[in-house]
Amino acid sequence: MDWEYFFELLLGGLTRGSIYALIALGYTMVYGIIELINFAHGEIYMIGAFTALIAANVLTMLGMNELAVLVLASVVAILYSAAYGFTVEKIAYKPLRQAPRLSPLISAIGMSIFLQNYVLLAQTSDFLPFPSLIPELEFMEPIAHIISSAEVIIILTTAVVMILLTLLIKYTRIGKAMRATAQDRSMAMLVGVNVNRVISTTFVIGSALAAVGGVLIASHIGMINFYIGFIAGIKAFTAAVLGGIGSIPGAVLGGMVLGWTESFATGYVSSDYEDVFAFALLVIILIFRPAGILGRSTTQKV
Amino acid sequence: MEPILEVKDLTMDFGGLRALDHLDLEIDRGEIAALIGPNGAGKTTFFNCITGIYIPTRGDVVISPPGKKRERINGLKPNHVTERGMARTFQNIRLFPSMTVLENVMIGRHCRTRSGIAGAVFRGPGTREEEQAVVDKSYEILEKMGLSRFVNELARNLPYGAQRRLEIARAMATEPFLILLDEPAAGMNPQETYELDQLILRIRDEEGISLLLIEHDMQLVMSLSDRIFVMDYGKKIAQGTPEEIKNNPVVIKAYLGEEIDA
Amino acid sequence: MKIQDIKESFFIAAWFILLTFPIMVIQVNPIENIIEWRWWNLILVGAGSFMLSFVWRYLMNRKAGQKRKESEDAEDIPLTQRLLRNPRFFVPALIVLGVFVFAFPFLFSAYQINIMTTALIYVVLGLGLNIVVGLAGLLDLGYVAFYAVGAYSYALLNHHFGLGFWTVLPVGAFMGAMFGVLLGFPVLRLRGDYLAIVTLGFGEIIRLILENWNAFSFGPSGIANIPRPGFFGVDFSLEASSRYLYFLMIAMALFTIFVVNRLQNSRIGRAWIALREDEIACQAMGIDKTKTKLTAFALGATWAGMVGVMFAAKTTFINPASFTFLESAIILSIVVLGGMGSIVGVIIGALVLILLPEYLRAFSEYRMLLFGAIMVIMMVFRPQGIISGVRRTYQFKGKGDKAVKTRETVKQPAPTTDHS
Repeated sequence: MDWEYFFELLLGGLTRGSIYALIALGYTMVYGIIELINFAHGEIYMIGAFTALIAANVLTMLGMNELAVLVLASVVAILYSAAYGFTVEKIAYKPLRQAPRLSPLISAIGMSIFLQNYVLLAQTSDFLPFPSLIPELEFMEPIAHIISSAEVIIILTTAVVMILLTLLIKYTRIGKAMRATAQDRSMAMLVGVNVNRVISTTFVIGSALAAVGGVLIASHIGMINFYIGFIAGIKAFTAAVLGGIGSIPGAVLGGMVLGWTESFATGYVSSDYEDVFAFALLVIILIFRPAGILGRSTTQKV
Repeated sequence: MEPILEVKDLTMDFGGLRALDHLDLEIDRGEIAALIGPNGAGKTTFFNCITGIYIPTRGDVVISPPGKKRERINGLKPNHVTERGMARTFQNIRLFPSMTVLENVMIGRHCRTRSGIAGAVFRGPGTREEEQAVVDKSYEILEKMGLSRFVNELARNLPYGAQRRLEIARAMATEPFLILLDEPAAGMNPQETYELDQLILRIRDEEGISLLLIEHDMQLVMSLSDRIFVMDYGKKIAQGTPEEIKNNPVVIKAYLGEEIDA
Repeated sequence: MKIQDIKESFFIAAWFILLTFPIMVIQVNPIENIIEWRWWNLILVGAGSFMLSFVWRYLMNRKAGQKRKESEDAEDIPLTQRLLRNPRFFVPALIVLGVFVFAFPFLFSAYQINIMTTALIYVVLGLGLNIVVGLAGLLDLGYVAFYAVGAYSYALLNHHFGLGFWTVLPVGAFMGAMFGVLLGFPVLRLRGDYLAIVTLGFGEIIRLILENWNAFSFGPSGIANIPRPGFFGVDFSLEASSRYLYFLMIAMALFTIFVVNRLQNSRIGRAWIALREDEIACQAMGIDKTKTKLTAFALGATWAGMVGVMFAAKTTFINPASFTFLESAIILSIVVLGGMGSIVGVIIGALVLILLPEYLRAFSEYRMLLFGAIMVIMMVFRPQGIISGVRRTYQFKGKGDKAVKTRETVKQPAPTTDHS
């Protein structure tokens, strides 16, 4: 067995998994609170990547140094994604809170298609090269052939973001309000939680996380176009379901499992069917264990 | 009297929670029985367990439909339970809101009719006859239930009391020998409750259908029931005639804090 | 118009200007290092969102008003349905329509005929998906897979065994149904939203397999030289052949309408609708949930399989690129726009959504943008679609004076699925 190749795949899977996890968090948080598969979430991630690309180019031309560009472009991307997430919720989901369940789902699909084509028409259908914003770290030199600096930074960033998010949900006021709303929306409303604000906040946080993922993956892979959100969205959703939708540690675990599955399957089996593995995993999980790895199966109330 | 429903040792666990605890119960043919108990005693869980919505952890549910074989039915799917002649209503009314009143009842005829895809497409004389029979029978039931003036209304536009009666009509359309009513009088005013009382008696006397009802309205329960079962914390704590139940100290204790206004 | 509203709209316009600024205004060309500033777009977005915010507010208010009205006045039947029911209007309209449909291929160019044929293909696809989504309430996002199954059935059976169009047509329909059952069986236990995502996954898996399994499907390069349908061995000119295809497609569409209409008004159709309305009550009424869902899934897929054969025969070339998720989304927006559960609505929806972008060239670029927007707007403001479904009423035998008005239509509200 070629151990070096194995570790390469292992770490590659971890990197992919981190990105999936970042996007999956948005799905999981939204689903936890309003039980909606936010189809447009992948598009928010794509818009984050596009905004970062545009900002980075403008800032570079203004003559800023690399680190400043990295920080500013990320901040712009995060703010914009959050704003898009907020707006999408207000337009496409909020009016449908009381509607039958199929309605917001169709609305979400429509929003996803709309945003994809919005970027396609306003920008381009071509792949754009994304500037490599993430710096090469010198101390990484000796192991650079196994794992790149960018991959290390992706994994570390994800880890830090997860910890921050967990703390936020556990200890802050808004975090508690979010958990209360997820448990029982009308009850939360009765005890004085501003449910609309909680839902908005959830979209904002989820979208911001997607933007982090967008910036990281784009500068790692170096190419983006308007369609990256669709595939990434479905995969991240797979990760969320895999771990147990609604559960935050589940989203991380699901991301990792999916990352590794893809990494090893393409590394050892065939790279032609890369996406098929992800979809097949999704289908299998939903059919045999719809509650996911960490999710509890609930009995439907009659 | 011959029992038509026998429940033995019925137990239902949700994770660590025991919702039903070794429950025994019998319903005789032609009987109106009531299942009472404080909120959360497991009454609706009991309905869900014997109608196939939940699969009980252990125990037996055995039915003896008049003129048919005795049969153990726990583990069967809800639709098979209904096919065998046990129909139900729901505590939180579950009609088909954007179908008409008549169509709601026609759905009840589904398991008593047979026409399939080919029948639907070619609509031969057999299918047409069957459809007409379904319509006529459904209308007849609506008339009996005093709902005929609503036939073409959408179910969700009906007044509350009428929605409850429509649920019963829909259950009757499946030709049951036993109907399980889950809080049929909930939310009704005294006049409506009185009408319901008469209606339930008529269903038993004219249609020969037995009934088991979960109900909190003690006046209704006491006036209707031949036999009452009392549940608390998933256990059966008493059974007997209304007179016996009224004077049973265990029941009074279980209801402490809750009035028995009879 | 209140001053408050204008203020609010200003705020909304400012928000959208800010929101769309990077993507609408800045165009970077990273290869040549040029940045283009399109300030004109800024003004467009500002003015556009300012005006749209008024439309939005108006529609919102109207929706809120309607909700109040509906509970008081349930007998209100929309104009479109009154027209459809009135024979004085209905019969002449049908005759005019019939003449037009017949004369169409003799009045217009082959190009126009081809477009109309394509639109008719979508009519059939929309009606098929309508069974699954509109009637049974199962959101199938992988519907295009069955279309692909039909198209590849014809292409491959013809390529390997030389089978002709007419032989494969029923085979394609059958294959569609088979795949419907095959894919449907494992997924039908799932809840609504999971079902949507799994069918999406299945659809993509089928497309990816077609793309990558070269030995079986010839991969991305597809299959060419698929013969057009024959007509007793007559050789057609290109023009005559598109006319022939057009009439075939008309026949197919009529056949679909006939069958779907009969299904909808049958014991099975009622069970589908009941299932859509409340799954648990439906089972408690003795309806076999799995079997009913499976028939809906299979009967929906049948049409996609059948019309897939037609599609392959019409284009004479197919490859996996014709069967992407976007195609499923287009068919779904047809059903959503037309009105879930309404046959007339779906026909109109298909014609509008397919023909409009073709005839308004300037429009065609914005086609998918528009489709996305339509799905959102319809769901928010008019979930029942442009033509809401007609609920049948029934006649009672021997009830004399008690017989209720026959065949009265009742406005059908938005379909409801489980609220749990």
